[in-house]
Amino acid sequence: MRVSNEGLNTASFEDLALPLFEQLYNFAHWLTQDRAEAEDLVQETYAKALRGFSSFQPGTNFRAWMYRILRNSFLSSRTGLKTMVVLDEENGEALPAETATPEALLIEQANQQMVQLAMEALPLPFREILLLCEVEEMSYQEISEALAIPIGTVMSRLSRARKALRGALQTRMTGGRRGM
Amino acid sequence: MACETWRANLDRYLDGELAPADAADFSAHLRSCADCTGEILQTVQIRRLVHSAGKRYTPSAEFRNKIGKQFASKPRRARFSKWSIVFVPALVLLAAALLLSSYFDRQQKAEQEIFSELADLHVATLASSTPVDVLSSDRHTVKPWFQGKIPFTFNLPELAGTEFSLLGGRVFYLHQTPGAHLIYQVRKHEISVFILPDSAGTLKSLTEGTASVLTFNTDTWTENGLRYFVVGDANAGDLQTLAKLLQGAG
Repeated sequence: MRVSNEGLNTASFEDLALPLFEQLYNFAHWLTQDRAEAEDLVQETYAKALRGFSSFQPGTNFRAWMYRILRNSFLSSRTGLKTMVVLDEENGEALPAETATPEALLIEQANQQMVQLAMEALPLPFREILLLCEVEEMSYQEISEALAIPIGTVMSRLSRARKALRGALQTRMTGGRRGM
Repeated sequence: MACETWRANLDRYLDGELAPADAADFSAHLRSCADCTGEILQTVQIRRLVHSAGKRYTPSAEFRNKIGKQFASKPRRARFSKWSIVFVPALVLLAAALLLSSYFDRQQKAEQEIFSELADLHVATLASSTPVDVLSSDRHTVKPWFQGKIPFTFNLPELAGTEFSLLGGRVFYLHQTPGAHLIYQVRKHEISVFILPDSAGTLKSLTEGTASVLTFNTDTWTENGLRYFVVGDANAGDLQTLAKLLQGAG
């Protein structure tokens, strides 16, 4: 949603921001893991965005701008401060070792609930980048704007997030089989 | 090139982030490599799971109303509020609407048929093992390819600096009229652009503008005697951007 100079004059804040409501709420709930906190976060995001709407730069991506406000608000909240971990982008965080579970078996056994639990357990930087790419289908450029990181970091973090998710799914399934 | 090298680019290929020429090379490799195709299929399946699992939380109706009230602009007050002013024009409008409704019903059915046919063509083409007859991201290659195959010519936009890429084109037929079918990509979505002469009667009377047909977004307009249709599952904003690029190419 790239807004031109001309578009900004004619489109109101409401026209641009309200269609994003459902997806912003989903993202906020994934970040906070709590309905009440997610509602507060979304409300705060809209209030901040409305106040700052005049400073929004036409020609840039409005959706990425809204996500960036939401994320910054979350990071400065009490839950956000506790949750966010700093990743070592150069060397990479230790990931679960690739196990022998074949990919086909992994897919066969994985179900939606299992994927949700695995995503919940991921470190926040991995969870949020997977949500932006796989769920919101943002381009690398949009993700880079939303998370305020370079595109190279988007690519490497995304790759590690995907590996981490597969690792987490495999761990869950190995655990599930042991428990049976 | 070894499969390991291709697979290093697999995520970028599926994310729609490879340059059009590299993506075309990757697609060509997939047609001849069962291992890489299998790997792609599995990755796509996991991504689908994540996509649906990620859409997990929906806001409550109360919260939706609260935000709607708080941030939606207040409704405009009616300029003429007295019954006497509104009543007579309303009656006239009602009578006119009744007279015109049967005409619009017929018109709407004809339009829906055309859009459904184009949506079917879009899906069938993408599902085909050879979706395009001229495989190129270069508009200067694709446009001349149509010469002698269709009874008109058209201009294609410069896409450098945009999120769109041209994948290629093919000839298609609608109501026995040959036209140009171009396939564009934006991020992970393919969009079909159909171009036909605007001379056929049904096409001429089609309503211009955006719509949604069978979950696809569509847009249509007439320019220089040609009728353009844009069909795809990308969001309506992307379709409008592509439509503007095409309109600017003329």
